[in-house]
Amino acid sequence: MQDTNSLGIVTPQTAYFDTPLHLKSGAILENYQLVYETYGELNAAKSNAVLVCHALSGNHHLAGVYEDNPKSVGWWNNMIGAGKSIDTEKFFVIGVNNLGGCHGSTGPASINAKTGKCYGADFPVVTVEDWVQAQVRLADYLGIDQFAAVAGGSLGGMQALQWTLDFPQRVRHALVIAAAAKLTAQNIAFNDVARQAIITDPDFYGGDYYSHGAVPRRGLRLARMLGHITYLSDDSMAAKFGRELRNGVLAFGYDVEFEIESYLRYQGDKFADQFDANTYLLMTKALDYFDPAYEHNNDLSAAFRAAKANFLVVSFTTDWRFSPERSRAIVRALLDNELNVSYAEITSSHGHDSFLMEDRHYHKLIRAYMDNIAR
Amino acid sequence: MTQLPITQPLPEQYSDGTDEFAARSQNVSRPDFAAIAEWVKPGAKVLDLGCGDGSLLCFLRDARNVHGYGVEIDDLNVLACFSNGVNVIQSDLESGLQSFESGSFDYVVLSQTLQAVKHTEGIIKEMLRVSKEGIVSFPNFGYWKNRLQVMAGHMPVSETLPYQWFDTPNIHNCTLGDFEEFCRQHGARILERRVMNGGRLVTLLPNLLGMLAFYRFEQQK
Repeated sequence: MQDTNSLGIVTPQTAYFDTPLHLKSGAILENYQLVYETYGELNAAKSNAVLVCHALSGNHHLAGVYEDNPKSVGWWNNMIGAGKSIDTEKFFVIGVNNLGGCHGSTGPASINAKTGKCYGADFPVVTVEDWVQAQVRLADYLGIDQFAAVAGGSLGGMQALQWTLDFPQRVRHALVIAAAAKLTAQNIAFNDVARQAIITDPDFYGGDYYSHGAVPRRGLRLARMLGHITYLSDDSMAAKFGRELRNGVLAFGYDVEFEIESYLRYQGDKFADQFDANTYLLMTKALDYFDPAYEHNNDLSAAFRAAKANFLVVSFTTDWRFSPERSRAIVRALLDNELNVSYAEITSSHGHDSFLMEDRHYHKLIRAYMDNIAR
Repeated sequence: MTQLPITQPLPEQYSDGTDEFAARSQNVSRPDFAAIAEWVKPGAKVLDLGCGDGSLLCFLRDARNVHGYGVEIDDLNVLACFSNGVNVIQSDLESGLQSFESGSFDYVVLSQTLQAVKHTEGIIKEMLRVSKEGIVSFPNFGYWKNRLQVMAGHMPVSETLPYQWFDTPNIHNCTLGDFEEFCRQHGARILERRVMNGGRLVTLLPNLLGMLAFYRFEQQK
């Protein structure tokens, strides 16, 4: 299947909110903006809206390209579009950049109206619950009372779960892909190494690097390199790079020798050029804090008592960062509450990143599920 | 008899050899579904093990308004279940039913799958754990046409056992007598039995004249 760009040129929009947002941490965001994109048409009954939540390094740009940059293809372009699995001929699809992001929504690099300077280290820590609260306001702003579906992979899947707990009447279906109901200690550990890489970079300046004209590139680059390793599988790295040498011979030095080093450094550099280090810190914290069972004596089934939605849970066999076992735990909690749930475990070699990849079976499953919603 | 619901066409088959459908989605017919549906109380909560493309669950949903879930391992069958709009949990029923709470179902169904599972004892035990009642159906190996073929020196090939010895998924064939003995030994109390021959009920010499056997059972109290 060729990934075609069925949507063509797309344009982001901005919504401004003046009602203070009370965050889980106790902090208050007095006002903020959310950048979002929409694809397809909202029907007259306003019943065909699908919210797609992004993961750690994602944003509101799900599909299509920007007029000024033909390479700016949305991160889920293979899934969303006219005639695709999430079909924009049937659904009104919304992507939104979360609070704390670095792609236009209010975040650490935004100007704090109170001080006239960048928020920097003053930007409050945001959680999955806070994001859902902000997304609800965007739904109100767009006149959508109930989503046909809220969908997301990884951290995006956590937001889809949170929607069903906090606003059970406002979401008919939740698509929870390569997600988990909470991170394991190992997962938090990876996130903390990434954070330490950023925070200990001399160019970090306690998070206020903007006013110093600095960028903690080295830290962000290391954080991304580490993260990237954990999103792939041992097998897929072996298949793609093996022990291939860049120049065919050992150089007995510390420059790039193995292809995998070249690849990771390139990925790290690319990411450090376009992502904000403070946003990376915030996103990893939101991941770490997510744990809906915590307030229910660690009983996930009790946490889901509030939910009413129908669920699709999907995992990938080689995903060791958000393993199938994590998804099965979600399924068990949903079954305990007699909720409608389907679960697919997809054979894929691409590790956690599988949820972003073009895969015939995976895409057919999502299409079949979405077609039933549209029916 | 209740009309078989119209299910979505099966998905196109994958070209890479992963297109083997489970045996049962091919040879389960309308009378089998109806026989099972007659035992299921309206509105019951049902688990279908090895649910294939979900047609039995579709049938029970339409005929008995059940709240159903299927368990299925095969990718294409899972996809077919999605198309048919039935709940399906992709997992290997041979490794147990850990996702399901004890006593959480009214009925757990094993329709024409018993003879193809490896861990027969484990699965019956799990059925009795998660559900108040179990329903199984299987091809009767004691059917006279099967017996004749064995007498003639061949492994039987028939309507309900359509495979050759070398390509059959059916590794644990049994007769009515065998299954009833098995239940006695494994703490399962048989509540009801129904024996069919191509849609007709068989009452005379069922272990000889019956092609398909249906049992409803519960945990021995």
